[in-house]
Amino acid sequence: MAEYIVKNGFVVDPVTGVNCEKMDVAVKNGKIVDASEAKKAKVIDASGCVVMAGGVDLHSHSAGPKVNVGRNIRPEDKLTGKVAAKGVKRMEAGFSVPTTSKSGYVLSRMGYGFAMEAAMPPLYARHTHEEMRDIPIVDMGALPVFGNNWFVMEYLKNNEIENTASYIAWLLRVTKGYGIKNVNPGGTEAWGWGMNCLTPDDPVPYFDVTPKQIIKGLIEANEYLRLPHCMHLHSNSLGEPGNYETTIASLKCAEGIKANNDFGREQVLHHTHLQFHSYGGESYASKSFESKSKEVMDYVNSAPNISFDMGQVTLDETTTMTADGPFEYHLSHMNHLKWANTDVELETAAGVVPFIYSPKTFIAVAQWAIGLELALYAKNMEKVNLTTDAPNAGPIHRYPRVIKWLMSEKARNDLLDSAKYGDKVRDRCYIGEIDRELTLMEIAQMTRSGSASCLGLSHMFGSLKPGMEGDVVVYPYNPETDTDDPEKIEYAFGNAKYFLKGGDLIIDDGEIISNGNKRTFWVNSKTEMTEQVERDVSERFKRYYTVSQNNYEVKESHYVPNPYVIEVESA
Amino acid sequence: MNTVVLTISKQPELYLETENITPDVFAGKSAEEIAALNVYEGNLTHTLGEYFTVAGGAGDTAADTRIEVKGDLTRVKWIGAKMTTGEVVIEGDSDMYTGAFMEGGKLLAKGNVGHFAGLGMKGGDLHVTGNAGNYLGAAYRGDWRGMMSGVLRVDGNAGSDIGTFMRGGEIIVGGDVDVHVGTHQEGGKIVVKGNGKSKIGGQMVKGDIYIFGSIDVMMPGFAYRENVDLEVDGVKATFEHYIGDLGERHGKSKGETIYGHLYKKL
Repeated sequence: MAEYIVKNGFVVDPVTGVNCEKMDVAVKNGKIVDASEAKKAKVIDASGCVVMAGGVDLHSHSAGPKVNVGRNIRPEDKLTGKVAAKGVKRMEAGFSVPTTSKSGYVLSRMGYGFAMEAAMPPLYARHTHEEMRDIPIVDMGALPVFGNNWFVMEYLKNNEIENTASYIAWLLRVTKGYGIKNVNPGGTEAWGWGMNCLTPDDPVPYFDVTPKQIIKGLIEANEYLRLPHCMHLHSNSLGEPGNYETTIASLKCAEGIKANNDFGREQVLHHTHLQFHSYGGESYASKSFESKSKEVMDYVNSAPNISFDMGQVTLDETTTMTADGPFEYHLSHMNHLKWANTDVELETAAGVVPFIYSPKTFIAVAQWAIGLELALYAKNMEKVNLTTDAPNAGPIHRYPRVIKWLMSEKARNDLLDSAKYGDKVRDRCYIGEIDRELTLMEIAQMTRSGSASCLGLSHMFGSLKPGMEGDVVVYPYNPETDTDDPEKIEYAFGNAKYFLKGGDLIIDDGEIISNGNKRTFWVNSKTEMTEQVERDVSERFKRYYTVSQNNYEVKESHYVPNPYVIEVESA
Repeated sequence: MNTVVLTISKQPELYLETENITPDVFAGKSAEEIAALNVYEGNLTHTLGEYFTVAGGAGDTAADTRIEVKGDLTRVKWIGAKMTTGEVVIEGDSDMYTGAFMEGGKLLAKGNVGHFAGLGMKGGDLHVTGNAGNYLGAAYRGDWRGMMSGVLRVDGNAGSDIGTFMRGGEIIVGGDVDVHVGTHQEGGKIVVKGNGKSKIGGQMVKGDIYIFGSIDVMMPGFAYRENVDLEVDGVKATFEHYIGDLGERHGKSKGETIYGHLYKKL
């Protein structure tokens, strides 16, 4: 494997505290090494550029059945964003739900080396893995969804943490999953009966368990299993005006629980796309709707064991897709466009709706403002992750634009000034009061070190210290001379000049020259199945599932040809 | 106005995708530069010059450029697609997507065009002297934003699914049409001088459809209102006026419910 030395760049690395210092970064045998160890290295000239570790995306959707439903119901999404094949690079297509190839190339151009598929229905794990296998370059993992799972709800009703944990360990093993995702706890199952759970205390019909019990129980099971990632929550009442109280009540479920793992992870609860959960008011009308980001952030800033990601609205036409079926149903009745909902037997459900966040409307710009406010009010940037919940709040290739808005007050004000209801948004949200501009160091925390430690991967990703994975990205942005124009930020973060992934040169002078050797990460929890769970699983498969247990397991050889297994022993 | 003449010299083995044949792309280019433009056959990239002889030269601007395409173009797609100004004349039959997503200028097809002609058209003037295929002036597959503006005139017959999701502009068909006319129509005007078949105006919520000839099967969602005297595309006649599609959601304007209008010539 070739050695590389990245010379003369402005290195930004929150873990070692290096902040825009000119220094060299060397990669040997796929790992970062001290620059003095690279003797026969090929030189990459990074002068006048920013050098960072590979980015880590802990919440986006690029593989799995609902992504594919998005592709199926939106052939028009492929009208734009086509890029012809070139050299080793395969053809790219799609805008909001890109093809598998494009997903990998877009992430690579943005300098991302790891991406988490944030919702995998266990029954469709095979499909999810097949798509992940086809996404080039980027290492990936997938989080199976548990928040509406019949087994989980029945064990948690009786507060059986051991059985819950045992079931989770089994499911992670058979689906080759990475951690615990929890979407609209109880509410998606309630939707099967035409109902929903709007607060953490609304009981799930026919199960006699509350969302609060599910959230708390899954956190406890997660820490019981000592998993690398914390419990990953999409709480109830997503997108509903006035939902911030539900959000804070859900976050409070983590109070008093301490992280228990060998991965250096401190948080026990990650709340995803918090932007959709920080609304005040009673309707979407400009005289009622208001931002409650400050109130939510006051709580988040005081809780050391919680992290979140933004779910930043990017004001684009996109495709929303979530395991929150009831939300998608409501959304389809707001915009009267096409809609698909699916139920995944015993386990979860999902919905898909195309959506336009138009800068000409009040509500879309208010949502845009709330996302940015959350990040700009945060005290510890390691606990804030930059996402668009891609493609829900915006396509994945808009991350650089979000970075621009975070780093430049001018860019934010320009947008508000050009928006029809900009003043109304300043009036109903906090955005107008904030003059904070994030630094490159803080962006690196939000996209690298923070996300890596939340996933329990800080020993591999998120830093350039020796021993880490050889993921190094060179962005064409000069922090000394390019600060005059915010557009330069957006361009740079979307067009990496060089990108080393696991020691391989993927992008050379802006051109993709390799499809890399991507790995799929999964967590093998050694916890044995309890007798109860073993009997329940076998009985349920016979009685309720349309497939047998033999047709359920994801076999590594075909579905996960290049696995990276994290072995975990529970306490 | 400067003219570029393209004459097909070699038939492609597969079909040729020629999104580059527009005044916008040709403007300011010499014959050699035009011949070097990319065309696609399957997943392979070729040059225009491999399939066409190029004579003449383009004007400095697209508005000042006229393109004549000659020969058997039945395996050539996307001629004049996305053009915004200038003129294109096709002398012969062309394949799919002729004038698709056109935004302005004039496109005259002297012959037949394939399916999806004038797809998602946003403006300009597209005139076909022969017949057109299916999906004339329709929305792209899956899209809910169909033809917005412009005039699409076919002297001969057209196929099925014309004007799907149409929102504005005019489609005039001189001859007969097949099933599905103005499905989901939300504006604009469709005139059929010949006969229609079934499913005319299905799910339409706004806009007008005029049928001069017969309608095989009327949609059940349409209700007869009255007979009216109208002048449509230069023809004065009495029409039966229907509103619909009553099975759909209809908006209101100034207290009046908005319907789609279907006129059948007596």
